[in-house]
Amino acid sequence: MKAWLRKDGRKGIRNVVAVVYLVECAHHVAREITIPFREQGVHLIGFPGCYPNQYAYDMMRNLCTHPNVGAVLLVSLGCEGFDKKGLREYIEASGRPTKTLVIQAAGGTKSTIEFGQDWVQAASSQLASQPTVSMGVDELVVGTICGGSDGASGITANPAVGKAFDQLIAEGATCMFEETGELIGCEGHMAQRAATPELATEIVNAIEKAANYYTVLGHGSFAPGNAVGGLTTQEEKSMGAYAKSGASPIVGLIKPGERPPTSGLYLLDVVPDGEVRFGFPNISDNAEIVEMIASGCHLILFTTGRGSVVGSAISPVIKVCSNSQTYKKLSRDMDINAGRILSDGASLEEVGAEIYERVIDIGSGEKSVSEALGHQEFILTYKTFEPSGPSCLPSR
Amino acid sequence: MRNEAKLGGEAIVPYNEVDFLLLAPEDNVLISRRAIDVGQQYLVDGKTMMASVRIDVGFKVARHPIQMGEKVIKYGAPIGSATQDLSSGELVHLHNMKSDYLPTYTHEQKTFTNRGEDS
Repeated sequence: MKAWLRKDGRKGIRNVVAVVYLVECAHHVAREITIPFREQGVHLIGFPGCYPNQYAYDMMRNLCTHPNVGAVLLVSLGCEGFDKKGLREYIEASGRPTKTLVIQAAGGTKSTIEFGQDWVQAASSQLASQPTVSMGVDELVVGTICGGSDGASGITANPAVGKAFDQLIAEGATCMFEETGELIGCEGHMAQRAATPELATEIVNAIEKAANYYTVLGHGSFAPGNAVGGLTTQEEKSMGAYAKSGASPIVGLIKPGERPPTSGLYLLDVVPDGEVRFGFPNISDNAEIVEMIASGCHLILFTTGRGSVVGSAISPVIKVCSNSQTYKKLSRDMDINAGRILSDGASLEEVGAEIYERVIDIGSGEKSVSEALGHQEFILTYKTFEPSGPSCLPSR
Repeated sequence: MRNEAKLGGEAIVPYNEVDFLLLAPEDNVLISRRAIDVGQQYLVDGKTMMASVRIDVGFKVARHPIQMGEKVIKYGAPIGSATQDLSSGELVHLHNMKSDYLPTYTHEQKTFTNRGEDS
């Protein structure tokens, strides 16, 4: 695979210019800046809130210095709560070209858009001449998510991703799976796969936290469409979702923005700590994708049964469809049809190998289907986390 | 094609492998591999029956009789409990089973099917 080497030693499989709004009030201006560059790897991300939040600030720092990001333009209204100076200094220290535009100081909407487009043009030219280096599978960080799951997801697409994960991990990659609320009922099995007894306890506690959190909210991480697709209960959905993790030992439990210190399989705990405050932990699939990217994922394996079409800003999303009916309807949105396992008798190993190959191709610069369609969904809202304790992480 | 699996030395339990998938030997539900329309025949627990509702891909049917309150087992793990007695081949879904953890939210149900709070 070819990659761009960053100052911190990590390598990116893309060299994206991120245009970042620091409050919803700057969203329109930031979006307008990106529009002429839609086909040229310029991505729009941002945080809508005016009130400061440590989680969003940490997430933004991680996203703006993600290995797939080469340069960052910050767009501020001027009076919002976000610490724009701290963020800019953090990005500067990472060696990336960066600039802050303040709408209230730059003469308003039109002039900020003009300044911004000039800067993005110059930054893009600069990035285009940056040299690339080679990158091995053992330097890759891959996340997985399921969205719009159905009764076939847990039999086809999810275990096939699990096979691909096993192969990636065997070759030294770092992989992560997530949404502890979508793993309710699997805690006993996960504890058995934990690398240490201390980690096993942490995993069980994380699932208990998720169950309590969702109980207060009134229902689980279960959409009406899941039931239309044949899934009946949270724990049934969980068992299917869990299959994405494959069979490798679980070496660590991390929280959004924390980066795996070693290779191997990690569980990402996306359910906030403390009392229930800011609502659902995963308001939509892209919130979880953004969290995995903030934890360093270069690309995301996304399984879907009902037929999600989303991609993401910053890191490409590979779509694995769980059944051939949905694939037929949405084939132009899918990378891989795992429905062949049910409809054509394909083996899990076969489809797992196909997913693995696709990961290498996308890591080598080929565009995933959602990426080529221009999908760059992004969402970031409020949460609170405490840092993970030492028993959650392997020693280096 | 037929599958004949011995269940703990008990009676032989045949079902049609083209129509259904058994994910784990201890499961008491089978997973539909293809859509079975109303009126179509299918074989479960040695009996041929006629579908009274559509059974879509990925949906569950009872592999053998399941009593009210009994755990529904899929992937070899409990995924909830039966809220009524189920006969072999019956579609197992929101109307006859519930979560043992969290209520399930659907467009149709205004009230949640919760632990011990069934309407």
